[in-house]
Amino acid sequence: MAQSNSLWRRFTTSQVFWPLVALGLIMLFNAFFTPNFFKLEIKDGHLFGSLIDIINRGAPLMVLAIGMTMVIATAGVDLSVGAVVAISAAVATVLINPALGNTLIASDKLVENVTATPLPVVILAALVAAALCGLWNGMLVSRGRIEPMVATLVLMVAGRGIAQLITGGQIITVYYTPYFFVGNGYLAGVPFTLFIVAAVGLFAWLLTRKTAIGMFVESIGINVKSSFYSGIDEKNIKLLVYTFSGICAGIAGLIVSSNIKSADANNAGLGFELDAILAVVIGGTLMTGGRFSLLASIIGALVIQSMTTTMYAIGVPAMAAQAVKAVVVMVVILLYSEQFRTVINRLFARKEVQS
Amino acid sequence: MNRSFKIDRKFVPLLATVGLFTIGYILGAIKYPGMARPQTFFNLFIDNAFLLIAATGLTLVIISGGIDLSVGAVIALTSVVAADLMENVGLSSLVVMPLMLLMGAAFGALMGGIIHYFKVQPFIVTLAGMFFARGMAFFVSLDAITITDPIYRSLSLARIHLIGKAFVSVHVIVAFVVLAVFMYLAHLTRFGRTVYAMGGNEQSARLMGLNVGRTKVMVYTLGGFCSALAGLVFSNNLLSGHGLYANGLEMEAIAAVIIGGTLLTGGVGYVFGTMFGVLVNGLIQVLIIFNGELSSWWTRIVIGLLTLVFILVQSTFTSWQRRQAGIRPTRKRSDAVATTSDGAVVPDTPTS
Amino acid sequence: MAESDQVILTMTGISRAFPGVQALQDVDFNLRRGEIHALMGENGAGKSTLIKVLTGVEAPDTGVINLDGKEVQVKSPQHAQDLGISTVYQEINLCPNLTVAENILIGREPRRAGRIDWKRMNAEAREILLRLDVDIDVTRTLGSYSVAIQQMAAIARALEIASAKILILDEPTSSLDAYETSQLFGVMRKLKSQGTAVIFITHFIDQVYEIADRITVLRNGKLVGVYDTAALTHLELISNMLGRNLVELENVSKSRTRRAQSFSSEPLMQARELGSTGAIEPFDLDLYAGEVVGLAGLLGSGRTEIASLLFGIDKPDHGTLTYDGAVVRKYSPLASIARGVALSPEDRKAAGIVEDLSVRENIVLAMQASRGWFRFLSSAKQTEIADKYIKLLNIVTPSPEQPVKNLSGGNQQKVILARWLATNPQLLILDEPTRGIDVGAKAEIQKLVVALAEEGKACIFISSELDEVLRCSDRVVVLRDQEKITELAGDEMNETLIMQTIAGS
Repeated sequence: MAQSNSLWRRFTTSQVFWPLVALGLIMLFNAFFTPNFFKLEIKDGHLFGSLIDIINRGAPLMVLAIGMTMVIATAGVDLSVGAVVAISAAVATVLINPALGNTLIASDKLVENVTATPLPVVILAALVAAALCGLWNGMLVSRGRIEPMVATLVLMVAGRGIAQLITGGQIITVYYTPYFFVGNGYLAGVPFTLFIVAAVGLFAWLLTRKTAIGMFVESIGINVKSSFYSGIDEKNIKLLVYTFSGICAGIAGLIVSSNIKSADANNAGLGFELDAILAVVIGGTLMTGGRFSLLASIIGALVIQSMTTTMYAIGVPAMAAQAVKAVVVMVVILLYSEQFRTVINRLFARKEVQS
Repeated sequence: MNRSFKIDRKFVPLLATVGLFTIGYILGAIKYPGMARPQTFFNLFIDNAFLLIAATGLTLVIISGGIDLSVGAVIALTSVVAADLMENVGLSSLVVMPLMLLMGAAFGALMGGIIHYFKVQPFIVTLAGMFFARGMAFFVSLDAITITDPIYRSLSLARIHLIGKAFVSVHVIVAFVVLAVFMYLAHLTRFGRTVYAMGGNEQSARLMGLNVGRTKVMVYTLGGFCSALAGLVFSNNLLSGHGLYANGLEMEAIAAVIIGGTLLTGGVGYVFGTMFGVLVNGLIQVLIIFNGELSSWWTRIVIGLLTLVFILVQSTFTSWQRRQAGIRPTRKRSDAVATTSDGAVVPDTPTS
Repeated sequence: MAESDQVILTMTGISRAFPGVQALQDVDFNLRRGEIHALMGENGAGKSTLIKVLTGVEAPDTGVINLDGKEVQVKSPQHAQDLGISTVYQEINLCPNLTVAENILIGREPRRAGRIDWKRMNAEAREILLRLDVDIDVTRTLGSYSVAIQQMAAIARALEIASAKILILDEPTSSLDAYETSQLFGVMRKLKSQGTAVIFITHFIDQVYEIADRITVLRNGKLVGVYDTAALTHLELISNMLGRNLVELENVSKSRTRRAQSFSSEPLMQARELGSTGAIEPFDLDLYAGEVVGLAGLLGSGRTEIASLLFGIDKPDHGTLTYDGAVVRKYSPLASIARGVALSPEDRKAAGIVEDLSVRENIVLAMQASRGWFRFLSSAKQTEIADKYIKLLNIVTPSPEQPVKNLSGGNQQKVILARWLATNPQLLILDEPTRGIDVGAKAEIQKLVVALAEEGKACIFISSELDEVLRCSDRVVVLRDQEKITELAGDEMNETLIMQTIAGS
């Protein structure tokens, strides 16, 4: 009995509790207002349904949130992830496109189910490009001593231009079916993207919790001076988290471009940086750095995605849904704000005195 | 003293931008005679009037040490709501325009209020504001709405001739009025100086007895007002409203402010400089168009690099200035009043 | 004129307690018009709390403040300013990005037709500064001037905007050089002649004798006495400040002489002409395994600066440092830890603990940092290490998983010591390890230092409490004004001689 009590306490005080409550509330809402929300069907040996849809569509965001969590935990922020998604998508599709290195090509060749570059090379190249972007951010922050928001803004502005440079300003459509598997495939009946998220999450968890890196990240985020005095290599930790965030954005770029079978440098990953930050904030990691939970951030991403999906389901247009999202997010953030709690407490205290 | 020969160091970044624009334009005019035509020059202003208005409001926000990411979204929201009220509700543009400005100001005030009273980072609040405004725009209408209001149309087509046939639009006049008002506010009023003081050191500004809270709310209110005005100009230019308009414009505006010599961390900058930031932005586009071979995405890359260069110039400049002043890092005393990250005073528990 | 006419401020029977600490206990203080009154005491003496009470930052538990013959309750810093009490801090509370003129006059700037009249503002600011004999270009930004000038601008603002009758200068000279200090003193004399009462807080004894009329000394939250500067010798002042610690600190080993013989012949660490401009003058220092070397001197005398150099926080711009026979080239905490050097920093809160991390994580932090990213201590191993040191150092915590910020000051200090002991250092530098902690914990830490030396480790022990330094150390290095003055050992190691050396007489 005592055992289960303390387990419950540990659960309620853990970082994943409130994001889970939020997710639960959304699910509860759906149970009443969205018909067939929880219905799962098996078609062609694949699972289908709104829940599967949330996971599949939320996959890029979950991957981004994992990278962003570590950056925010060091009291930083990465504004460039949306642009890096576009760059990664651009690199991948350009390498696949049969027109690569050959501008004069018959149009029927273009739509053939072939790739100009072997798929492993495509994926590797996209991830290397994304990692370089992250490394650039990390250098500016750790060696250039530029504020993270300012440093990553540069790539946020220039990144989409670079992506357009890569694609030659065109929306590149992919006809190579093996590539579709990344964002649309199924493995053992569930979407392949789920495996990607799980793999990235597991890797990040191993990286932070089975090495000293997680502890160092939190330590830097809480008190950078004490960390320096304790011999922690603050610069390289920062370099690492920004690079990792870049790689995560690269993976998200692969999923997105595979999912929609094309790369649009202007619109791929548009607004992703903001969604990723919000996912982390909903997950209870403070923007000022410190303690972080990868799982809570992933749940935070699911909260955002299920909110979006719910609104589609009840007929709110996709673009309009972000207004509701904004209000919900603001409420969550205010609930985390100490000042807001103080004001609320004071209001209630006053009422009690009056009555 | 040779004071008259010495340019105040604080003007260096601003002069760099002015010089960059002037030299860039002259070189362009030599290479492409089309650029030497007065109308090409005026088109720079006509095409960027809305950006200039939005960036001017943003300049004050950034100088105060904050940021406003909702600029582009508020432009889109204004364009849609204005179009909807004129076309579907049937209000006159003379009623709609002041209403829109009020809406923008109120939206800014709300964000400023949350930032100040609940101590949430401006970045987060205006980010949510951006989502909210863009979402609301689509609640009003999913499709673009064409505006047919006669007054609005005539405003859009009005030309003010300056040199011969060369003209500017009404929008340019509006932009210059906004610029002048903000220059006045920034440099000649206590409000403006409080904005600078806050950006330099908010804690000190409070200790100096300045009304930091009211000023902060006011800055975001003005920012919202400018965004709404920019939205009107934008929709007047296109004679339509749509939620997708001005996508990512906040980043262009921030880049213009930085290139205009304003420190993104606050406290230093000139409203006047922002105009040149906007012009540099426009000049790059013009050069790329006249060149004809370079593609439009080079604009983004060049703007991004210029932003980086200006950030680097400013950070080395600041440290150079500190070195000139011979300021040594002072050891923080443990019994001093500590400042938390959000600027609140927390007296240390004394030890004895 | 009767003496009571001159008195502008009296504070009587002021007490203030914080959880676990009696910061002020029945302290009296009075201030006369046109005097410069030095407020002196070591860290934790109660100076800053007294000033906080006077400026309305803290409310006193008991006690009365009389200003100009009327009893007042200072409610807030703003209220204090309205009453004519202004403070200028070492870290100047002005805006470096505004011009000097604005900094002096903003909030009361001259206006014409609703807009700021810059011409008149500059003229007025210039005139105000000229009254203080400061002649500078007021249209330049404040940040482009030296700290001394910035301080004068802050003083000018206090006088002009708050029409200060009482001006508190809180360690204004800490970051000034000799010339700047003399500039500031000029301003202070000018103020004095104009009838302003100045409270001058400083650690520099010579400066007090140069400028102050009277001196109030506090120690451990109590008033030691009020003295006319002319009637108090340097030595008396210092012994009043440092005092004899009356509290019984039990059983610290007195076997210094025995240990003195067991030193190895080769020094573990050797500094030759090591120095850093503006922080510490070049000094020589030898450290042997198995000894405790005390650094004695007032705050700001260069104690912490020596610690920073030896641990690689700061890089020297002069001289060489040898460790274990090899010249040190890499100055960084990480490199120092690898060499076997540890530093428990002076400022526990800012540079010591990592507040939100658990006791366990705080303890293993430095050890893990030296092992690198991938040779990770398993959580079982971490708990084992934490438990070991919690037991060894008697750290009072509900569990190793408790965030360290929830612990008392003494236990936080022990956690930091545990962090360093876990790295198995050969040289431990302890900068004020006993500050702000209770007597029991103090004694434990002193015992620990001696025990570590007996195990063969070298220790540098820095403290403001002289008897503590003497009790723990085999040798004492005496510092004054950022300079190593002498080294005392054996029979020379006594309080009188050390205080004479610090006093420079």
